[in-house]
Amino acid sequence: MTSAPLVDIRGLRVEFGSAAHPFPAVDGVDFAIDAGEIVGLVGESGSGKSVTALALMGLVDFPGRVYAERLAFGGRDILAMDAGERRALAGRGIAMIFQDPLASLDPCYTVGYQLDETMRLHGNAEERASAAVRRARALALLREVEIPDPAARLRAFPHQLSGGMAQRVMIASAIAGRPQLLIADEPTTALDVTVQAQVLELLARLRAEHAMALLLITHDLAVVSESADRVVVMYAGQVMETGAVPAIFETPLHPYTQALLDALPEHNLDRARLATIPGVVPGAYDRPAGCLLAPRCRYAVERCRAQHPPLESVGRGSARCHFPLDRQGRPTRDWKVVRAGASAA
Amino acid sequence: MASSIPASATPEATFAPPSRLREFWRAYAQNRGAVVGLMLVGLLLVLALGADVIAPHPPNEQYREFTLAPPVWHDGGSARFLLGTDPVGRDIVSRLIHGTRLSLAIGTISVAISLTLGAILGLIAGYFRGAIDTAIMRLMDVMLSLPSLLLAIAVVAILGPGLINAMYAIAIVLLPHYVRLARAAVIAEAGREYVTSSRIAGAGTLRLMFSTILPNCAAPLIVQATLGFSNAILDAAALGFLGLGAQPPTPEWGSMLASALEFIQRAPWVVTFPGLAILVTVLAFNLVGDGLRDALDPKLRS
Amino acid sequence: MSVQAAALLEAQDLTRHYRVSRGYLRGHSTVRALDGVSFSLEQGRTFAVVGESGCGKSTLARQVTMVETPTSGTLRIDGIDVVHASTDVRRRLRPQVQMVFQSPYASLNPRRTVGALLEEPLVIHRRGSPAERRTAAHAMMAKVGLRPEHYRRYPHMFSGGQRQRIAVARALMLGPRLVVADEPISALDVSIQAQVLNLLLDLQAELHIAYLFIAHNLQVVRHIADSVMVMYAGHAVEQGPKDAIFADPRHPYTRALLASTPSLRGPPRTQRASPAGEPPSPLAHATGCAFRARCPRAIERCAVEAPAVTAIGRVRVACHRAGEDA
Repeated sequence: MTSAPLVDIRGLRVEFGSAAHPFPAVDGVDFAIDAGEIVGLVGESGSGKSVTALALMGLVDFPGRVYAERLAFGGRDILAMDAGERRALAGRGIAMIFQDPLASLDPCYTVGYQLDETMRLHGNAEERASAAVRRARALALLREVEIPDPAARLRAFPHQLSGGMAQRVMIASAIAGRPQLLIADEPTTALDVTVQAQVLELLARLRAEHAMALLLITHDLAVVSESADRVVVMYAGQVMETGAVPAIFETPLHPYTQALLDALPEHNLDRARLATIPGVVPGAYDRPAGCLLAPRCRYAVERCRAQHPPLESVGRGSARCHFPLDRQGRPTRDWKVVRAGASAA
Repeated sequence: MASSIPASATPEATFAPPSRLREFWRAYAQNRGAVVGLMLVGLLLVLALGADVIAPHPPNEQYREFTLAPPVWHDGGSARFLLGTDPVGRDIVSRLIHGTRLSLAIGTISVAISLTLGAILGLIAGYFRGAIDTAIMRLMDVMLSLPSLLLAIAVVAILGPGLINAMYAIAIVLLPHYVRLARAAVIAEAGREYVTSSRIAGAGTLRLMFSTILPNCAAPLIVQATLGFSNAILDAAALGFLGLGAQPPTPEWGSMLASALEFIQRAPWVVTFPGLAILVTVLAFNLVGDGLRDALDPKLRS
Repeated sequence: MSVQAAALLEAQDLTRHYRVSRGYLRGHSTVRALDGVSFSLEQGRTFAVVGESGCGKSTLARQVTMVETPTSGTLRIDGIDVVHASTDVRRRLRPQVQMVFQSPYASLNPRRTVGALLEEPLVIHRRGSPAERRTAAHAMMAKVGLRPEHYRRYPHMFSGGQRQRIAVARALMLGPRLVVADEPISALDVSIQAQVLNLLLDLQAELHIAYLFIAHNLQVVRHIADSVMVMYAGHAVEQGPKDAIFADPRHPYTRALLASTPSLRGPPRTQRASPAGEPPSPLAHATGCAFRARCPRAIERCAVEAPAVTAIGRVRVACHRAGEDA
């Protein structure tokens, strides 16, 4: 990468709870997003993916505390900004859409009113000045997100919209400020599968037309494999692997990614039972000392339990593992020797 | 056949989870006002139960030489009658303490009748819906449209004055609140999947209503019951004040107020202390009710 | 595939309409949630019902579990027609058909311990002494991978995957021959989905249960089903053996579903066809075929005449143009 990335996150840590007993919802997140790139942020519940997005938007409220080595957007340090600058950033530089569109739209106001409000806050000077310009833009936005009969929709209330329609309105509202980055937190989980396909295609098209970067947060690996350029895999608040699509799915570097893929029905076409990952995600009180995945990882040896692995570059991606996997899906770096040595001792 | 999930895969509990009572207490105790309220209620309970032992004098004993004696901190007051005496020479402290027993009894019995009847009516209305729901709710609407005190007076006028009849009247006045609450809670719960699950398991109507749905509707009813306690005490005092509730010489706080009204200038203590007693009791129960609402609602929501 | 005995579950033209009030002065309209659905399910097999919102799959679940009575048609459980049966007959059939729900958080009574939840079906049907019920509950807990100390815990102390296991255990307490599973894993994490799916398969192999498996994730359906029925707007638009449906889908909606399902091995989203439009509202009544507004192959006939179900190869399809492709 010759130019600086649009989003640069290094060493992100978000804590909740009291100072005496902090709970690190996110502890060790490093990744970057280039301008116009689609990055998929994948993880199960408890992985910290939503908290990461909120931290990026500056939406983590007290009692949460955000720490980072570097948390930059467009070259500017987010942590150094005051509240006013951060507010200006949200909506105009970065916009976000959430899982349940009907919960994100205010049920008391029409769609038109809410779009108008967004433009009054985040539009350009022309839009902020004139209601007529705003209305024209609102119609244009609704057409762009493929909502039929936009004029009628402007007068509608959120509860009169279907799930897919409401999500499109959310997207329209999000791009009204012409953001450089759109964060989509599980945008299609609550939608029917045909509507999901339409919305994902819409997001890809908007990315192409507006040179907008997209951070797609989801638990669905298949969705990410179809839509993203790069993938970041998170587990228990840490980034475990980053890599490009489709390489990361064909030759994953981290055992967790491999295990997630193995658990999918698609990867088990020849088997009756699905491969599973034993155990559960560590909670607040039982975080392992070494690698967070060690209690559940089929390749774990003594070093994994004792020493916490750093996130290292491996080829064109990165992995947080002492023994990242090779192209055949087996652990490298003398893992066999280390394991034999441990069992012999 | 061995379980398809290896034993190590199910999470180990490294500690026994706290009992429901402890979890509830932890949530309740976060509200300091509620804890104070609970302590006050405890104190009132002790006074009520031990009235015979705690009160220095019998409540109805008239000391003719000491009518309208002032409280101990005025001149002319004595430690024998700590808060003074009323116009016919009865010790106010003793009357207040015995009145605690009456007030708590009124609150408990009225609320118990009202809550039970209200929960059942609300359950029937919310579960069956349709015509029976309409009939019950319109009846409740009629009752709600009348000012509660007037309604109570009307009931007592029909039944005759007296403490027991006052309790019935208060129970009737409080009824619509419980019916509406119960009905709303039942309607919300009846559509939930665990109710359908019980239905598919074969549960009949009665079991579904009382065993499955009703326990899950308890929280708002409990909160309302606690707040209704204070309503009941206030209503009983009002009825007593009007001469329709407790009849003399019963040491009920409201009637104490009524009989002493003319002395408000000359001997203000005769009026003040029963009023204070009502105030403190109502406040205590309201604090407890608020604490219960905070403690019960979020937990049930999860 | 010949049928040795009567199928465990047989539906013929199953229909369920709801009358909905449109407001005080606007009269009623009819929601045709289920419209003439026919299928059959044999003992020990898995029949998957696939569709999007408004297709009628949840309504179908409610009819099969006898929570509601169908408006018309026949529904035979173990040979007995429950549509026209008395309440008594239906009550005696209940233990044969049980259900696992989608939400692990709403389907367990929050005020009951795990033990009470598992024993409740036995208590209702007055089976066994308290000691025998307790033993049965513990045995079932072991079978689904719960530990003995969980007996006294409340649902809110468990994770989503564990709660689904409790729900599965509860459904099996009465020894049913048919379990209706309404999206049982959709609300769970990916790795937990695999665990619960394995559990369901193992239990089926051991207890020879039949599953009516309702799902919207076609990848899961491909893994677990023997036969598949695709529903749209209350109609069964295509049904047949799993491999036939996935290898050679005949109905345009089935093809749209397959094209929309995200796949690890497929091309990027932008290179795949995405169907237009949205699933219809249940109140809308289309003349002719309900799918024609979104169908890339619609012709004039589709607007006028509702397609009948015809057998083509190993599948049954409701489409005027189903026979056209090779």
